[in-house]
Amino acid sequence: MVDIEFLKEKARQLRVEIVKMLAQAGSGHTGGSLSSADIVSALYFYKMRHDPKNPQWRQRDRFVLSKGHAAPVLYAALAISGYFDKSLLTTLRKLNSPLQGHPCSRSLPGVEVSTGSLGQGLSVACGMALGLKLDGIPAKVYCLLGDGEIQEGQVWEAAMAASHYRLDNLCAIIDNNGLQIDGACHNVMNIYPIEDKFLAFGWNVFTIDGHNMEEIVRALDEADKVKEKPTMIVAKTIKGKGVSIFEGKVKYHGIAPTYEELQIALKELSDGKN
Amino acid sequence: MEKTESITEIAEIEEFYGKDMATRDAYGMILAQLGSKNPNIVVLDADLSCSTKTVLFAKQFPQRFFNMGVAEQDMIGFATGLALTGKIPFASTFAIFASGRAWEQVRQSVCYSKANVKIVATHGGITVGEDGATHQALEDIALMRVIPDMTVIVPADAYETAQCVVEVAKYQGPVYVRLGRAKVPAVMPKDYKFQIGKAYIFRLGKDVNIIATGIMVYESLRASEELNNEGIDTGVINLSTIKPLDVETILSVAKNSKLIITAEEHSVIGGLGSAVAEFLSEEYPIPIKKIGVKDCFGCSGDYKELLRFYGLTKENIINTVREFFKK
Repeated sequence: MVDIEFLKEKARQLRVEIVKMLAQAGSGHTGGSLSSADIVSALYFYKMRHDPKNPQWRQRDRFVLSKGHAAPVLYAALAISGYFDKSLLTTLRKLNSPLQGHPCSRSLPGVEVSTGSLGQGLSVACGMALGLKLDGIPAKVYCLLGDGEIQEGQVWEAAMAASHYRLDNLCAIIDNNGLQIDGACHNVMNIYPIEDKFLAFGWNVFTIDGHNMEEIVRALDEADKVKEKPTMIVAKTIKGKGVSIFEGKVKYHGIAPTYEELQIALKELSDGKN
Repeated sequence: MEKTESITEIAEIEEFYGKDMATRDAYGMILAQLGSKNPNIVVLDADLSCSTKTVLFAKQFPQRFFNMGVAEQDMIGFATGLALTGKIPFASTFAIFASGRAWEQVRQSVCYSKANVKIVATHGGITVGEDGATHQALEDIALMRVIPDMTVIVPADAYETAQCVVEVAKYQGPVYVRLGRAKVPAVMPKDYKFQIGKAYIFRLGKDVNIIATGIMVYESLRASEELNNEGIDTGVINLSTIKPLDVETILSVAKNSKLIITAEEHSVIGGLGSAVAEFLSEEYPIPIKKIGVKDCFGCSGDYKELLRFYGLTKENIINTVREFFKK
């Protein structure tokens, strides 16, 4: 049985760590880290088979954070999973920290590939999925993309290749919070309809509420049943989700909470617990 | 799984010795041979397999060959993912697309992740010929050399190419190998053993030493014959690995020279000549003359005419040396 309350609690813990580490760092991407916290919770604490004590375990499921600027949510998930001590989170973005501004696989165990330049992660995830198939390893590859990110042409090259090579062990998720640095996605460069595009590229597509844990879990489970096609989960989310002063605000795409904002955030996140 | 050694058996590699052939042809042949020795080798191409000669591998190992279509950026990302699951991906396309179109993917996905991706690019340089400037990579060595942790190799002939591909498959880490379209004369001796990062000294001159790469090794050897006959003591060094630079050899050669000539089928900006000059200007400043394409685009034409047009010839090397010693 899936313990939905447990996953919600983990998502809350992720959000707490995200705002704390960002405030400490003084810079970084708040909105997109918070919007993907529920998805990442479901992946790291329910869906993915992984071993924090053995990050290179060959049979593990892989996670590629294509929207690398949401590094805090990944770091929080790795720390809470036990890949490294939580105290390391306070070093985010500091000189000599393995927690680089964007994920770096050469410095931090648990990071599968370095990301941060948008549009590149899905291709890498496809290559991983293919490599696992070639070796007969029944593991899955999960790839989290931003919605603004799909403006990158390489995403569509990868989308074409994923269905061409029938990568049904690949499950991508778009954190569709609708906002990018310069404004609303449909104003900056319209990305909609997302679903129709991926359907046309030969993908299986689910659309879910990216903050509804039951829906996230169900979509991830359903994706396992789809054969011969990769799955795209379009997760409708709210940028900055979980902290009222950040929610739906473009401004918080690329800035960290101030000390005062952190206090508000921590209060709201602990109130939400009860 | 790790067995790649058997391919280095001299019987197989030696078949390439003394053969005048395009380096891309040698690549295609040796890659197909390697495929039968090492099941971890996978090959990717971007709709140019008949030109890059990965088609030879594709025919023998269709289940390990992946055509990515005309999508070089995706190909490099895909190769990264394959490498990260333990495969040894060889990704091939034309040099301009591998190094240019997909430059940022090579930097971010491959090198920053230290992924074990082998980029073997064909159609480097001006000898692409009739297709013209859009397809003539004259900047690829510069573009690849500047990325941290990248290894950059330009073999001089088929024999060296075959050995190079075997070594590259064994090496752990990102590599860029630049090959050519046109047939090149065999230059490397039978007892030659390619090592990544090791230059080969054909002959050490007391007056001038020509440090060359790729097809310019042959031109340099011919130039050195004439110069030696004229009484200018000339040596030739094949610097096939441009990164990491064989600084020991270059330093000892420089200490033996009154003039260093660099010769490459590449822009004089950022390539072999720049690499040598960067090093020597700090460690042992001596006169250097760079033979290469002078900061311009290529153009269409028969490749032999193009080599003359851009001064990538033994005559230009000879004249440059004569000019220097006239002073």
